[in-house]
Formats: sequence, C-alpha cells, structure tokens
Amino acid sequence: MSAARKFAKSSAGKSAVSSVELFPEHELRRIIDAVLRLAKSTGADETEVHVDETADSLTRFANNAIHQNVAEHGLNVSIRTVVDSRTARATTNRVDEDSLRAAIEASLSLAHSQPKDPHLLPLPGKQRYQKVSRFVKQTAALTPEARARAVRLACDLAIQNGQVAAGIFASGLQQSAMGNSRGLFAAYRETHAEFSITMQENPAASWAKANAASVRDFDPQKLAQRASEKAHLAVDARELSPGRYTAILEPAAVLDLVGFLFYDFSATALEDKRSCLNDRMGKPLFGKNISITDDAYHPLQLGAPFDGEGMPRQQVLLVDRGVPKNLVFARSTAKSAGKKPTGHGFALPNEYGEAPMNLVFAGGDSSLEKMVASTDRGLLVTRLWYIREVDPYEKVMTGMTRDGLFLVENGKVTSAVRNFRFNQSILELLRNVEQLGPAVRATGEEAFEMVVPAMKVRGFHCSEVTKF
Amino acid sequence: MWDLSTNALDTARLRGATYADVRMMHLRQRDLTTKNGQVGTLAQSESIGIGVRVLASGAWGFASTDRLTRESVSACAAQAVSIAKASALAKRGDVVMVPEDAYIDSWQSPFRKDPFELPLENQLALLLAADAEMRRVKGVTLTETGMQFRKIDSWFASSIGSRIHQRKLITGCGIAATFFQGEEIQKRSYPNSFGGQHALEGYELVESLELLKHASRVGEEASALRSAAQCPEKTGTLILGGSQLGLQIHESVGHPIELDRVLGQEANFAGTSFLTLDQLNKLRYGSDIVNVVADARLEHGPGLGTFAYDDEGVPAQSTDIIKDGQFRGYLSSRETAYLIGLPRSSGTMRTESWNRLPIIRMTNISLNPGKWGFEDLIADTDDGILMETNRSWSIDDRRYQFQFSTELGWEIKGGKKTRMLKNPSYSGITTEFWNSCDAICSRNHWTLWGTPNCGKGQPMQTMGTGHGAAPARFRNVKIGSAFSNQ
Repeated sequence: MSAARKFAKSSAGKSAVSSVELFPEHELRRIIDAVLRLAKSTGADETEVHVDETADSLTRFANNAIHQNVAEHGLNVSIRTVVDSRTARATTNRVDEDSLRAAIEASLSLAHSQPKDPHLLPLPGKQRYQKVSRFVKQTAALTPEARARAVRLACDLAIQNGQVAAGIFASGLQQSAMGNSRGLFAAYRETHAEFSITMQENPAASWAKANAASVRDFDPQKLAQRASEKAHLAVDARELSPGRYTAILEPAAVLDLVGFLFYDFSATALEDKRSCLNDRMGKPLFGKNISITDDAYHPLQLGAPFDGEGMPRQQVLLVDRGVPKNLVFARSTAKSAGKKPTGHGFALPNEYGEAPMNLVFAGGDSSLEKMVASTDRGLLVTRLWYIREVDPYEKVMTGMTRDGLFLVENGKVTSAVRNFRFNQSILELLRNVEQLGPAVRATGEEAFEMVVPAMKVRGFHCSEVTKF
Repeated sequence: MWDLSTNALDTARLRGATYADVRMMHLRQRDLTTKNGQVGTLAQSESIGIGVRVLASGAWGFASTDRLTRESVSACAAQAVSIAKASALAKRGDVVMVPEDAYIDSWQSPFRKDPFELPLENQLALLLAADAEMRRVKGVTLTETGMQFRKIDSWFASSIGSRIHQRKLITGCGIAATFFQGEEIQKRSYPNSFGGQHALEGYELVESLELLKHASRVGEEASALRSAAQCPEKTGTLILGGSQLGLQIHESVGHPIELDRVLGQEANFAGTSFLTLDQLNKLRYGSDIVNVVADARLEHGPGLGTFAYDDEGVPAQSTDIIKDGQFRGYLSSRETAYLIGLPRSSGTMRTESWNRLPIIRMTNISLNPGKWGFEDLIADTDDGILMETNRSWSIDDRRYQFQFSTELGWEIKGGKKTRMLKNPSYSGITTEFWNSCDAICSRNHWTLWGTPNCGKGQPMQTMGTGHGAAPARFRNVKIGSAFSNQ
C-alpha cells in the first residue's frame, strides 16, 4: 500500500525545515476500504477501522534557552473485527498489505478467544455529521524557526526582568477517519497550538498558558508579560494558617478541579456505581448558578463531531441550574436504558463506556477584578497542581496551589502567600460559587481543555501549607 | 535495522550534526480486562518507528518517523538537524556532554514464559474466574481484573559508534473489588492498586500472584470497609505496607533527585526540586537506617527500571541516593552530569517510544531492607496505624509537602492488629518524614514494586519505574487530615 509522505516548504519559504502535510481524506478512505476488503476475505462478520494521523512539534525552553525541540509524525490503523458475537481490536502503524492483514488476523484471533457476548450490538450504519472547521493553515505552517523566535523574545523579557523563563511552544495537525463494513464513514482534521510559560523570580514563580486551534488566537509575548508580572508579585510570600478561605479561582484552576467531574456523567459509571451522581440525578446538587453542557460544536472547543463508534456527537445538557439532568450514552448503554446514543462512546471494546469530552460551563458577568474588589479577605489562585481523588462519592480532591497564590484584603491583592494543600469536595465547591466570570477556553495540566469561567467560591478548604 | 540507523547517522553528520543518536523501536502490547464477569478491553497493538536526536550548532533537535524507508529516515534526520539549528536561535551556550564509551551489545530481559506465546483463552479464563470469585462476596458492586503484556525491542546507534539491541518483556496483572452503598465507595485491590503488580518478567509473574487464592479476600475486605471505623485524625505512629512505601519513595525521593528538575529544565510542567545542588552530601535526608539506591542492573531485580543500557547508550548502574540518611546522589544524563561537574552520567535517560526524546527518568529507586520481621514490628508498636495499598497521592511541585491515602488501614494497639480502619491518610514534609523512620523490615518482606504510569515530559511520556521496599515504621506522622473537614 502506498504511504509516501509528502513534504512541503513552509509558507514563509525561509525555513530549512519542511512542514509535514497530512494524507488527503481520500487516502485515508483508501486505507479503510483496503482493510474492510481484506477483513471480509479473512472471515470477519463485521469490521470497523480507525485511521489516526498526527504531526506534532514542540519547542521546550528552560533557563532562558531552548533545551528540547522535537517533531513527530505517525499514523495508526486500528481494526475491530466482529465474529460470532465476539469482538476485539488490533492496532498497527504499518500500512503495507501484509501488516494490515496481520492486524486483522490478530484482531480475529483475540475475538475468537473469548466467550460470546449476547449483548454485542451490530455496527452502526451510515451517519450524518455536523461540519466543524478547526483546521487553521497558519498553525499547520508554523515552523521551528517561528517558534524559536517567539521563545527568544519571551526569554529576553525574562532576562530583562531578572527572571528565568521555562515553557513550551507547540503546534500540530491531526486527523481521524473511521469506517465500517456497514458503510459508515467519518473524517475530521484539526490543528492545535499551545504556549505555556513559567517565569521564576527566586524563590517565586508564576505561569500563563493558552491553547487554541489557531496560533493567532493568543499572543505568546502577552502571556510571557503576564507571567512575568505575577512572578514579581509572588516574591516574599507570607505564610497563612490553613483553614477555609474565600477563593478566587482563575479559569485554569477551575478547569483542573472540575475536569475530574466529567466521567461521573457517563451512563456506564452510574451502572458500575462508581459515579458521584448515583442516587443524585434529578436532585439539586450544585448552586443554581451552575449549568453544564457537553457541546462539541461550541466555537471554543476542539475535537471530532463523532465518537469512537462513529455516532454523531450530540449537545447534552448535563446540569441545569444546579440539578444533574442528563447523562451521556454509548450505543450499548443507550439500548439498555431505553435512550438514544448521545455520541460519547469510546472505541470498543472497552470497559468505560462513554464520557462527555467537551464540557462547557455557563459563565457569568463578573471578572477577576470585580471578584477581587468584592472580597474582604480571600485568596487569588493562579493554578492548581497534582490533583487526585480522595473520596469518589463526595468528590473530595486533594492537590496544591502553584505558581502564584495571593492574599486579597479589603478588595485588593495585598501580598503573595505560601502554597497550600487543599482537600476540597467539588460538589461542595459548586454549591458555594458566589460569582462567575465569562466562560473561556481554559487550559491547565490536569484536565483536558474545556470552556469554564473564573469562579469566586466561599469556604475553600486549605488543609496544610508547604515550604514555599 | 542497522542500515537505516547508519543512514540516519550519516545524513545527520552530512547536514552538520556534531553528535547524533538513533533509536529504532518496535513495541508490542496486549491488554486484557474484565468487568463484572464480562470481557472489557481485548486489544493488541504494535508500533515501529525511528527517532533521531542530534546536536547541531550547539543545540538539540529531535525528529521521528514511522516510515522506515531510506528516504523517509534521511528526511527525518535532516529535519532533526534543521530543528537543532532552530533551537540555536534561542540558546545561551553550547550543549556539552560528559564522555561515554561506545558499546556493541545485545541484551534480553530474562523470562520463563512468554505471554504472547501462551493461549489467550487461559489468560482470559483466569481473569474471569478471579472476577467471579470477587463477585461471590455479598455487596460487591463492581469487579475488575486485568493483564497487560509488553514486548519492546530497541536498536540504539550513535555517532560515537555504539550499536545496542535490547529486548524487554513486561508483564502486569491485578484485580479489584468496589463496594458502593449509601454515600460511600470503597475499593480493595490486589496485589496493588492501579493495575496491580508490574515487572520485567513473563507470564510467571501472573502465576506467582495466585489471583484465585486472593480474590475472595479482596471482595470481603472491600465489603468490610463499609462498616469499618473511620481513620482518626491525629499525630502518631505509622507503618506503611511495601507497595505504599514504594509510591512514597517514588514521589518523595525518586522525583526530587532527577537532575533535570533540579536544574530547572522541568520548571514549567513537572516542577523543580528542593534538592538544590548545595544539598548534595550535606542534607540529612532521612534517619540513619534510610539507605536508597537507584539501581538499573538486573541483579537488583526484574523491575520496570531494569535494563542493560539507558536510551543514551550508557550502561546500567547502581548509584547511592541516600546513604545512612545522607543525601548522596542524583539521577543524571550525559548533559546534566557535565553541567554539575560529574565525570559520568548515571545512566537514567529513558524514552517511552521511538517518537519521544529520552529524558531523565527513575530506574529502580529502592529502599534497602532493614532487619525487622514484620510480625516483630507490629508487636513492637504500642499504638499505631498500618496503611496498605495506595488510593490517592499528591505532592507539591518542589517535592516538599505530600499527602497519601490508602485503601485500608489497621489499628495497632499493644503490639497487635486490632480493628480495620477506612479512609486512612497521612501527610507530611519529605525530609521530616524520612527522618522519622525508625524501623524497616527485612529482605524477606522486600518486594520490587512496579509503577507503570509515571508521567513526565512534554510531549508527555509514560514510563515504568521500580521501587523496592519492605514495610517500615515512621513516628510522629500527621494522620487523617485528608478526611478532615475543618
């Protein structure tokens, strides 16, 4: 099978490095058709094929210089066969005919090794998908030189301010296509760009980060400037006693906490009785100012308009004014619950079922400035770190504040504060939200990107303090 | 294989690289899981490709490809050089590495039974039988089992003349039962949480675990936790089981000794370290009985951090990290060793796959065994809590302050295990904690635990690390604060 890589000069024409082009959609379709044809001749009753191609680049800097700079390009073909009510998956990154045939045979061999599954559904047929446009040429054409120049400017700023910069500037392209033996075909491509920077002013540090489909949606130098200013403010941190504080959580801090809630809306998680929503659906659980939707079509979201089974993603109102209203369903859980699939299933076979991956919180009309101005005594939190679940039903999470924690007194930021460990129930947190900012595309390190607002919450539980 | 590597090295040199290394890797993996008596995941994957790392214009570049033709590999090497030259646009000095010899070698991790060659039906049947055993326990609401097998071939070639082939076989296996009732979810796992035990072994690891013997106990303990007493909040004596102590070592010793963190290279993501260079050979890390090594050699055991050479072509070594309580060593690479004046890398550069850059990773970071028998340790403890099997873990980005919770605790009174405790947790400051260690159990109780899911680097890489540990006792530890609501 032909799999020649195409290299094209960057749009600027100045780079010595060629930017990689993805296969055209018809080539992915050709790979899928070839697998379907081979699988049919090998004895599969039904076959599903995923083809995923990635071309990512990442420039990493620390100590005011680039220290790592990488590029990768790969393509995976993942094949699920069904035979006699049994199914299994095999994946390969080799696309010659012998390798594809070997993967099909491996999938069939795995499938044959297990008991029949009387509940296994036939593959879905053709579906219709809503179009989304998330491929930005300028992002795809970004060169290592362009990233290096932006990094250089950020590092120069750090040096000028007596600070030390570390971070990444990444960009990439990816596409996914899937097809099955019942005629389903779906394809999607997107670009993504990310800039993250930590400015260190010994012994303090602060941080800023952005992520978008278009590299033009953020300005690395503005992010560097913001991190630099906050790092300077973070010097001379004072130690406060642990306790409950009013906390103003910037969007990244909100994201990394509430990101742990997404799987709880899975119908499978409720069926398995490991969701915090067991026995709580339809009852007031959060404040009335909390509404959450899963919406893959939101303009600030990325991701394909179809799920791992090829079903179109639906917009689902998960929480309506504090009340958990709906779950998301893969095809199998939808059938057993008498519902329609919502297009949130993972590729089969798997034990986790489905999950909402495009959460959008309803925002408010406050701002960080207004939240600070309205606070007598509280904490302003830049980001959170190393968050883990302590209690799965009360959804108590532990973690640390990081890279900029500030004391707010009488409506003003008055000093930096040493970092706290928190042990905080997300359920309680979302009952205690006093103000919401506008929802933005937030990016952190613990959860995947979502659309969430900054929040001012009362009674945030800071349990211990660390040394810096 | 070597032809393509040589081709890449030649291209890199012709394009201006002053140093280059090439890793071709072939990774094969099989995953089996069950849930509530049904097969969950049943999947197999393979991935093969090549990664080229170069030094050009005094800076690093890396590129990778999964197209293994001469043309694609040459293009990949040329791309790596171009990226290095772009890196030089924002450099503050030329990269220098400590010297290393060239090696031509081939090595394979030992195993007795290749799981890829054994009947899959038997593997699934064992998991389903263990699953059924756990579900026999009244009240168990979720049962999960799993096996994971990986076979990794790597061919390392460098411009200094090394040609090293390594094959590693890794096996993982575990079971878990969950109990939900009222407003509580409790879970028990065996032999460890988050997928069980993982080691550089074959199917003999699965057989040694005797899943069916332990499955009903796992279910019963999950059920018993529902009515167990809440772990009290206090400052007191703590005994950690081996697997939990393994994770404690990982988080509060293994990560802070990574020299890339110490030197600020991970400041934006994984964080930095309290073990600044002035602490070396000066800091009292732990009590006199605390001895920790970083040991990648096979004689240390079949750990997830065991190999013959790291992914920079440096032979596996054993390095003292803590000796008689004193902080003695870091994990280093050829570049970071040069930066702090060490004569040689400690051989800890590891990569997840062909498409990832090698970075400093833990090997087997192990606490040497002490002299205590486990029963003697319990008998010697008048008032304490024994905590077993990790449930959650968190530590700050400089590795000072940590908090762990475990699946199960046992109250110890008058030298005896008395009642079961639920929701146990403890917290502390790293050096205070290790200095409070006053007893470590003997080699008879020592296990080289595998942590298969250590995340680090950008792009993220997941790596397996090993942690040898026997149960140990710590005094004056803060207990129970994770569930405090004050």
